[in-house]
Amino acid sequence: MLQVHDLAVSRGGLTVLEGLGFALRPSDLLVLRGPNGVGKTTVLRTLAGLQPALRGQILANPDQITYSGHADGIKATLTVGENLGFWAAVHGHSAIDPAISAMNLTALRARRAADLSAGQKRRLGLARLLVTGRKIWLMDEPTVSLDAASVALFGAMLRGHLAQGGAAIVATHIDLGLPEARMLDLTPFKAAATRQGAFDEAFA
Amino acid sequence: MIALLQRDLRLAFRAGGGFGLGLAFFLMVAVLVPLGVGPEGALLARIAPGILWVGALLACLLSLDRMFALDFEDGALDLMAVSPLPLEGVVAMKALAHWLVTGLPLVLIAPVLGLLLSLAPGGYFWLLASLFLGTPALSLIGGFGAALTVGLKRGGLILSLIVLPMYVPSLIFGAEAVRRGAVGGDAVVPLLLLAAISLGSVAILPFAAAAALRANLK
Amino acid sequence: MSIWEYANPKKFMQTSTLALPWVSGLAVVLLVAGLVWGFFFTPEDYKQGSTVKIIYLHVPSAMMAVSAWFMMLVGSLIWLIRRHHVSALAAKAAAPVGLTFTVIGLVTGAIWGQPMWGTWWAWDPRLTSFLILGLFYLGYIALWSAVEDADTAADLTSVLCIVGSVFAFLSRYAVLFWNQGLHQGASLSVDSEQHVSDVYAFPLWICIAGFLVLFVTLVLLRTRTEIRSRRIMALMARERTGA
Repeated sequence: MLQVHDLAVSRGGLTVLEGLGFALRPSDLLVLRGPNGVGKTTVLRTLAGLQPALRGQILANPDQITYSGHADGIKATLTVGENLGFWAAVHGHSAIDPAISAMNLTALRARRAADLSAGQKRRLGLARLLVTGRKIWLMDEPTVSLDAASVALFGAMLRGHLAQGGAAIVATHIDLGLPEARMLDLTPFKAAATRQGAFDEAFA
Repeated sequence: MIALLQRDLRLAFRAGGGFGLGLAFFLMVAVLVPLGVGPEGALLARIAPGILWVGALLACLLSLDRMFALDFEDGALDLMAVSPLPLEGVVAMKALAHWLVTGLPLVLIAPVLGLLLSLAPGGYFWLLASLFLGTPALSLIGGFGAALTVGLKRGGLILSLIVLPMYVPSLIFGAEAVRRGAVGGDAVVPLLLLAAISLGSVAILPFAAAAALRANLK
Repeated sequence: MSIWEYANPKKFMQTSTLALPWVSGLAVVLLVAGLVWGFFFTPEDYKQGSTVKIIYLHVPSAMMAVSAWFMMLVGSLIWLIRRHHVSALAAKAAAPVGLTFTVIGLVTGAIWGQPMWGTWWAWDPRLTSFLILGLFYLGYIALWSAVEDADTAADLTSVLCIVGSVFAFLSRYAVLFWNQGLHQGASLSVDSEQHVSDVYAFPLWICIAGFLVLFVTLVLLRTRTEIRSRRIMALMARERTGA
């Protein structure tokens, strides 16, 4: 459902990764690995269509992709239910109960997001993925500020998504406890320095 | 898109949403100007159309930098760009929300401020009409400026530098309509030109602003 | 061989290296000829005296102030449609030059207007339009300098230039609507009966040509600087990342 051929991505005008290629089938989970700054976020943002690819092809239906970044787009003065309800409505759905119970937010439903802890906010952000109803989840460090119990909760939610024929690409450093995950180390795809004296380098 | 409008209005009316700030600012201008130029009614009546329009302009400007900046900082703009919402629609809805929260209250309070500035009786209808037809353009032009400057650290200052020159035609036609109306002249022509600017802005600026947002999200 | 080849930065640098001495030389020749002729070898006006001779600075800079914005508009469109970097950088390079011409036009206008109208500044439609044009230049330049990423800056300023052109045009007519003004009519025009007499017109045409070539020279120079600074930024970025 998602194919990538010879992808090159850039950040701040510099090519960071090139020659990247992989395919994602239904029920696939791809985990992106690599040291800080290697370009995991850049790859995810490029796949999500937030920035153009420098070269290469991305074959996917953009209407099937959703993205979860470092920030969750949560409004502090809205309640948990209102925050989720908004994203559900944007994606043309109205049911938010399954998402709320999946991330164990039932007791917090009427609480303002401002009064949530960092981990609770993260759970709310992850529950948003469910209400989008989309098949391909692109997740950037989804487990930041989650405790062990919440990581397990997230693992269960992800597994449920895969079981229903969904797919996901996750950039993370920790072990999600999902044996079916395929690892992709980005280090070998690091872009080589451009040829010395290539004048048009500055005008990629 | 209705959901976005509902959310933005809800955010504006909840604590810290900034509803009423522009209104209070507008009031301040109408109080400070007579203190500055003196209480003479004839003079105030002469400058009232201009002062009210300049005041409305600045009051609109006050809340513009929040239009996209908050959603940009907390990542909501990224998520909207990936969602089924077209960014053009996002811009249009946000400008509409801005107008409902800032522009429309200005229109409603303007007659009261007209009293403070001894506006001639013939001018009130034209004041209401010109602000009602002109402030949508102010919100849309402002939305375009806000989209251009959304990623900048000192965006507010540059935003006003970009937006204020573009407010010139609206200001001229708006204030001219009130001025002519106040002295019983033909105020329909400037009013129609003002409405034309607003309609043109509705038609074009959401696209320009969405292009700017896309460039800024990269 | 197509014209777009010159949009390649390297090709542009090569071509402009060859052209620059000739273009700048032509600018000097035209300006010296036009200004010397205009200042010293034209009669004094029966009404305006020697003050009229400021026309040789005022009219060409005012024309170039508008033309520079038009050139930026074309450059912005080319960048958005064909994504040629030289085009965006040339638009960036032209902005401060255009702003300077605007300021020269306003200042010489004030100096000319003071003895004629008895005031340094009047809210005359032409003066007001130029003042507003100056504000548009300021916003454009400010946006270029504020955005860090060079390509994003080019995108944003191009969109601003296009939308700004529409509003600048609207402002011009709004200002005419607002005040009919005391500025004299066009100094030069092809079809009008009423313009300056030929004694003044010939050196004026030379000055206008001189200002035009001067503008081309300055934009070429500044575009070359922009290209070089982009190159330096790329080298420094590579240094930082250790690639």
